[in-house]
Amino acid sequence: MADPRGARSVLVLLDTPAEGLRSPALELLTLARTLGPTTAVALSDPSSETLSDLSAHGVDRVLVADLGTLDPSVVHLTPVAAEALEVALVAAGADVVLLSSSFVNREVAARLARATRSGLVLDVAEVSEATEAGGLVGSKRVFAGSWDVSCAVTTPVAVFTVRPNAVVPAVAAEPSEVQVERFAVSPGPAATAASLVARVQHEAPPGGAGRPALAEAAYVVAGGRGTLGDFGPVEDLADALGAAVGATRDAVDEGWVGHDAQIGQTGVTIAPRVYIGAGISGAPHHRGGMQASGVIIAVNNDPDSPIFEIADFGVVGDLADVLPQAAEEIRRHKG
Amino acid sequence: MRIVVPVKHVPDIHSNRQFSADGRVARGADEGTLNELDENAIEAALQLVEALGEEGRAASEVVALTVGPVEADAALRKAYQLGVDSAVRLTDDALAGSDVFGTAAAIAAAVRTLAQTGPVDLVITGMAALDGLGSVVPALLSAELELPQLTLASRLSVADGQVEIDRDLDGVTETLTAPLPAVVSVTDHVNTPRYPNFKLIMAARSKEIVAWDLAAVGLAAGTVGEAGARARVVSSAPRPPREPAELVVDKGEGGRALADYLIRNDLV
Repeated sequence: MADPRGARSVLVLLDTPAEGLRSPALELLTLARTLGPTTAVALSDPSSETLSDLSAHGVDRVLVADLGTLDPSVVHLTPVAAEALEVALVAAGADVVLLSSSFVNREVAARLARATRSGLVLDVAEVSEATEAGGLVGSKRVFAGSWDVSCAVTTPVAVFTVRPNAVVPAVAAEPSEVQVERFAVSPGPAATAASLVARVQHEAPPGGAGRPALAEAAYVVAGGRGTLGDFGPVEDLADALGAAVGATRDAVDEGWVGHDAQIGQTGVTIAPRVYIGAGISGAPHHRGGMQASGVIIAVNNDPDSPIFEIADFGVVGDLADVLPQAAEEIRRHKG
Repeated sequence: MRIVVPVKHVPDIHSNRQFSADGRVARGADEGTLNELDENAIEAALQLVEALGEEGRAASEVVALTVGPVEADAALRKAYQLGVDSAVRLTDDALAGSDVFGTAAAIAAAVRTLAQTGPVDLVITGMAALDGLGSVVPALLSAELELPQLTLASRLSVADGQVEIDRDLDGVTETLTAPLPAVVSVTDHVNTPRYPNFKLIMAARSKEIVAWDLAAVGLAAGTVGEAGARARVVSSAPRPPREPAELVVDKGEGGRALADYLIRNDLV
């Protein structure tokens, strides 16, 4: 049976098409399919794995940016990415654009929406057709997860950034034939007024190689001041669960863990299926970055820590005892 | 050097934040404050000016600029306490209900108006407002002003008419450079904002706040506010409070209890 399809024409910006698609891109393709036929946009040449993922997700065509003689790294400049997406939007005749929520993609989405006079809703968890208003509605959590809000777009074209982990990625009922087409991108002088001097890839995600990226992980184990600088138990439990490692701003400022690991309103905003906070009191800035998590588990030796107020399950105890025991038990369960 | 720092008056992050019946962020007069991340932008501007020679410092100005109702003066007073030289508030009934595009257009119009009395070298903003957390106004401001965009700076330097920043993104560090004038946003890692001293706190009370309306910055009412907004809030509701946590006190079995919670809820 074919998937139910909406009447929209959807454009999806692919993150990392050259290296292969990660979960946030697959989540976007899954959401896009419910809205209508989907065109993907790749700002660098897609790998064969990317093309087979697109086929599995029922994508009809992929538009690949042709930068001519420009240095390929210019696509990391948000004004350039926004201009490229605008060209693709016109070429595809799309009326919905989906991007994954990251600092860079939010800027790209905003610039695109401004240039095309489109409505913009950031960090949504759902996109649906409004029954009366006729436009699309994006729904999200705000104020550190304490309010739900839905915004209807009132313009013909709608741009959404979708937060990772909001949609469960699933392949289409039937794979598609993906047409690959190139489109020329020639950014104006204003788009390249700021230039990229250096771009250094960090060696490994926080806590080491082989761990998922924090922003998109389904499981996160985070450590705070209560670790006293020893992230060993946090990393051990993370490995048992296949989780990403996160941290509070305090732990980052102390130099116990890299900046990439910082969860919070000014760090990475996460909404994993399971969040486990160890030695974290639950200050507003940290809560603002994780309160939309599915299940919240806290381990802290202070029973009055505010984090217990938002937790589903808590252990009052020393994380150095609790975490290794939990890791051992989970490993035993997984066999 | 002339630096404009757009700042925002936001509900205190510790307060009970909510939406009003018309789908806007409810802003009370007494509990609002200067957006904390804007303090980093003010600090960055002050440090750039303080690094200049005596002559350069004398010819410099740091202007705090806000778009909002009269209550937003609280944010500008705080900016004065930190040491800015002047403050401008853009207030107009037609601005109510502005989305990010309207907000960026209004700030840009005010910056252009400021530039009529002397060139503006830099616009420095905080990385986000702690109420909306969209983080896109700096990028839109750069587009409106047609100036280079250098956002999310964790390091900032200016030399020989060029501005250079480092920014830490997810898994990558970038260094960007652009000629002045430019729009820069800074993170909370760029510096540690100073505490206001007593002298500045006292002086801030009587400092002048220049009030402009849309006509003063040459902006048509229909382009901003609710009339210009491209999305509207159709529903907003507080989420039900979570059930109280299931709490276990560790007496040697706490880790097993945690693992058991995950297992019996099919989470591993």
